[in-house]
Amino acid sequence: MQRSTLDLWVGLFVMGGIGALLVLAMKVGNMSGGGGGETYALTANFDNIGGLKPRAPVKSAGVVVGRVTGISFDNDKFNARVTLNIEKTYTFPKDTSASILTSGLLGEQYIGLEGGGDTVNLGTGDKIKQTQSAVVLEKLIGQFLYSKAAEGGDKK
Amino acid sequence: MSDKNLIEIKDVSYAYGARPILTGINMSIPRGSTVAIMGISGSGKTTLLRLMAGVMKAKQGEVWVDGQRMNDLDQAGIYKMRRRLGMMFQFGALFTDLSVFDNVAFQMREHTDLPEAMIRDLVLMKLHAVGLRGAHQLMPSELSGGMSRRVALARAIALDPMLMLYDEPFTGLDPIAMGIISNLIKELNAALGATSIVVTHDVHEAMEVVDYVYYLSDGKMVAHGTPDAIRNSTDPLVRQFVYGEFDGPVAYQYPGRKLAEDMRLGH
Amino acid sequence: MATHQGFSIRAVGARTIDSVLRLGYATRFIARTIMSSGTSLKRPRLVIRELYFTGVLSLIIILVSGLFVGMVLGYQGYYTLQTYGSESALGVLVALSLVRELGPVMAALLFASRAGSAMTAEIGLMKATEQLSAMEMMAVDPIARVVAPRFWAGFISMPLLAAMFSAMGVFGGYLVGVVQIGVDEGSFWSQMQSAVDFQKDIMNGVIKSVVFGFAVTWISLFEGYDAPPTAEGVSGATTRTVVTSSLAILALDFLLTAFMFGGV
Repeated sequence: MQRSTLDLWVGLFVMGGIGALLVLAMKVGNMSGGGGGETYALTANFDNIGGLKPRAPVKSAGVVVGRVTGISFDNDKFNARVTLNIEKTYTFPKDTSASILTSGLLGEQYIGLEGGGDTVNLGTGDKIKQTQSAVVLEKLIGQFLYSKAAEGGDKK
Repeated sequence: MSDKNLIEIKDVSYAYGARPILTGINMSIPRGSTVAIMGISGSGKTTLLRLMAGVMKAKQGEVWVDGQRMNDLDQAGIYKMRRRLGMMFQFGALFTDLSVFDNVAFQMREHTDLPEAMIRDLVLMKLHAVGLRGAHQLMPSELSGGMSRRVALARAIALDPMLMLYDEPFTGLDPIAMGIISNLIKELNAALGATSIVVTHDVHEAMEVVDYVYYLSDGKMVAHGTPDAIRNSTDPLVRQFVYGEFDGPVAYQYPGRKLAEDMRLGH
Repeated sequence: MATHQGFSIRAVGARTIDSVLRLGYATRFIARTIMSSGTSLKRPRLVIRELYFTGVLSLIIILVSGLFVGMVLGYQGYYTLQTYGSESALGVLVALSLVRELGPVMAALLFASRAGSAMTAEIGLMKATEQLSAMEMMAVDPIARVVAPRFWAGFISMPLLAAMFSAMGVFGGYLVGVVQIGVDEGSFWSQMQSAVDFQKDIMNGVIKSVVFGFAVTWISLFEGYDAPPTAEGVSGATTRTVVTSSLAILALDFLLTAFMFGGV
């Protein structure tokens, strides 16, 4: 084996390996989305966030516009404070509303933003005032049972 | 310890666990001489060679090589000593993944900072000395037994050693290759001004080459002398070995019950 | 390894002592190897050469197996997911199984049988033909000159091979799922990207393959170095390398998985 061919092969091998890692990181993993672009932070308080997790997508009209970066408990208001990082290229008016939605029946939870009509846009650190909590299945079922029971009571 | 002797072995004993391999060996090998250590298989001659090379340390007694007591040397000291020592293994032990050229160049590249051009000249000179300059780009797998032994010899003399050790250099060679090797042993010893020790059981080849013979049996030095003295020895052990008698002090029959008992004679 | 089971208490004791002794030798061996890595650092050519033999020569088997495993995952995943009407999650299934588990584990198993056994056989033969003794007689430490470069080559190539296996597998899954069956290409990739986390999934997979690379190379080199210097000895050691490495890979995989994903 010539020394130069050996070097060439080893070089190709190492490049191939690193290339495969990069492919995994970029194409397969989520390093590409939101990693490089400039973002600004917004906060929103929810009474209940359900199963929302950090890194969950933030969508508006179905388009991913940012990601959830932090979830914490607000000690004054006793509700959840969620930090969102929105890409700089997307702007939203002051009266935008945020709701926690689920993709499909069993899918992951994400935050949906719906723009309002205000002329002033939200800026870094601003707070989204109108929020709608996650739908908690247990609560729904509880309500349903309660109303059924109430109906039954009326009939008597 | 006189300066005249390169190697002195004083009352050396060695044992693997409880099994004694060597007992009470005394030898002194003068500089510039060629010496054979002979004996049948398992007589301890390879162990003796290994003691001289510092592969193992004597449990008892002293081994002196070039004025240094091998017993005292640590790993670094032994490695330093070995740079001045060449050893040829039974079947050559060439590095199978390196070409003939790289095999001979191995030590020069490992131990010296010589420029590649000089290494090339030196390697070709060493290969020329064993008559294989033309084979320098072959791989060891392409060589015959005799040729690989010669390459191994060229590799062993790469750094011009003061002491050459040969472990069974003649085993498995055809008569021509044997003649070549024994001739090389003699010539190289003179050319290098080295001291050579040949461990072998090929009596007749070795007798042609060496100045002095040590005969080992069961880990003991039973006879030593010039080749002529050994040939004319009356010791039955030595006679049986030198003349290849099939029965003698070393019994032909593996120890066991008497033949009559095994054959159920007398029943 | 246990080739025959002794029934007396004494046999159990002897086996235990032997195993502990061997483990001790193996530990000292790897410690010596790592301590003697100076030569490999000073002369990277030695490692590059071994990278060719351990890495480049394992490429074909790794790439082809990766492709096939990915394609099988594509079929099996599709038929399972289809029953829940969630074929679009095929990308997630293929990518996660490969990146987290199959990539590192399968690549390591293949590496053990391709490169590991070759290393054992090579070093065992060098020992049997007295090449290692010859080297020692030339005042060259075989651990530094022969063993350490191979160790580093194995250690470096394993994660690279595992990454290539996974990438190839994802491609295989894509071929079957998208090109052949006709899962929507957009949802295949986007669902995969939103579900596979770089830190949690890909990096953990890489860590696994690094650990496997260490274990397999260690076992292969030790078996070779420790092999009885005969033809039977070397062939036995080669078999032991494959068996021990495979067991070690699977056991380590369990431990690492429990450690990495068990807490979730």
